Amino acid sequence: MDETQNNDAKAPAPRHRLPVRLTHWINVLALLVLLGSGLQIFNAHPALYWGHASTFAEPWVAMTAEPKGPGLAGFTQVGALKVETTGVLGLSNGERRGFPAWTTLPGYRSLAEGRRWHFFFAWLFVTNGLAYLAWGLASGHFSRNLFPQSAELTPRSLWDEIKDHARLRFHHGRYNALQKLTYLAVVFGLLPLMVLSGLGMSPGVNAAWPWTFELFGGRQSARTIHFLSALALTAFVLVHIAMVLASGPIGQLRAMITGGAAPPRPPGTPS
Amino acid sequence: MTSIPRRGLLTGAGSALLSLTLAGCDQVSRNRGVRATLARAEGLTMAAQRLILSPAALAREFTPADISPDFRANGSLRPAGQAYQDLLANSFADWRLQVEGLVERPLSLSLDDLRSRPARTQITRHDCVEGWSSIGQWTGARLSALLEEAGLKPQARYIVFHCADRLDAFAAGDRGLYYESIDLVDAFHEQTILAYEMNGETLPVKHGAPLRLRVERQLGYKHAKYVMRIEAVESFAHIAGGQGGFWEDRGYEWYAGI
Repeated sequence: MDETQNNDAKAPAPRHRLPVRLTHWINVLALLVLLGSGLQIFNAHPALYWGHASTFAEPWVAMTAEPKGPGLAGFTQVGALKVETTGVLGLSNGERRGFPAWTTLPGYRSLAEGRRWHFFFAWLFVTNGLAYLAWGLASGHFSRNLFPQSAELTPRSLWDEIKDHARLRFHHGRYNALQKLTYLAVVFGLLPLMVLSGLGMSPGVNAAWPWTFELFGGRQSARTIHFLSALALTAFVLVHIAMVLASGPIGQLRAMITGGAAPPRPPGTPS
Repeated sequence: MTSIPRRGLLTGAGSALLSLTLAGCDQVSRNRGVRATLARAEGLTMAAQRLILSPAALAREFTPADISPDFRANGSLRPAGQAYQDLLANSFADWRLQVEGLVERPLSLSLDDLRSRPARTQITRHDCVEGWSSIGQWTGARLSALLEEAGLKPQARYIVFHCADRLDAFAAGDRGLYYESIDLVDAFHEQTILAYEMNGETLPVKHGAPLRLRVERQLGYKHAKYVMRIEAVESFAHIAGGQGGFWEDRGYEWYAGI
């Protein structure tokens, strides 16, 4: 049986409703631009610190280019660890830069343009996110589809889901508990943290609302958290894409675009 | 066909597609219309910040223990040109700050004159647009008091700071000189001062001697160093590149509260 079908059997409920699909794809665009332009901005000073001010001699993360043999080599330092990362971090295409050209927006070095892209798309991202939150609360999307039932949270049920994931066996048509918990953590944890730590770096917002940087223990801490959150978000997206690829990408993509069509059941999946 | 050339073909096609996409992004980023559209976010940011930021709200002030021992200096570290060297050689005894433009009573003030005007000392965080921050203590003349002394004409909307340093040696004429501008909300803000002291000592050359602007609720590039002349204007469209500042003429936001 197709799990997406309603009991009244008139029209099958779309797997993803229009507001979900719309805000999802706007988010894809916004996060892609925010990541590329964010790395461009990071490259203007490819080092991270904790606290209110920068301790230039002791960054906890730094990407540098230093003399090695007849030329230069790129290095990345994290805490006490320092590794050579020539070609990717610190030095790429013979140029001193934190992240390489293919990861930044624009590819050439321009802090000014990176900032323009970043702030324009930050507004789009925030507006889109607020619209999604308002709709999700009003429509019952969060309570119905994202908050797990207590039966889903028993150790036995969670363990079964972990085993299913490990075997790449997916049940289409509803979110499983691991998926729900991850989406909740991203929607109500990671994405708001991204915005808050961004605001924590703004001198104007800092003057209006000092808690925006005090929350993190200082502006440089906020910058560090902003970077780490972006890293975590990138990891989430990579796993998310891997899951889509593992669970019938054509059907999954079609569902996120048209909303309606039930996906073809991948071979080997029990009905 | 063996699998190796096919894989080579796929990799080649993949990297060609990637370079095309990336070149496309750069092309889009260089497009005038795109730039104009992206720049519109600045108005939204400024409106939003002014909505939540009352004119009197102060930037956080720190304690002497928080002062950075390694406060970084950026931009010009020592202006070139004989005029500045002569002023420096004489410890700026011959230096005068001109306050002019749309004012009732133009002023010409020596460092001693400035030191006798209403002053303020504050320990604040300096946020560079590049991403780093340093904390320092600044003492200077309150800009609001100087502007009241000069008397702004009703048409005055911006205060422009003309500096001694030429930061872009290749730009023709005035366009290579550093300058900045702020509106009257920031000009009359309590923490907006013309600093002649840093961390309790005479302002060092690399930090803008003899005088630098502190406008604490905005990024570092607004804090013009080596200030020579202050001009009250109705619009800054006629000055240099017309965007209100050296970095603004090179694509940075005029409103630097973010």
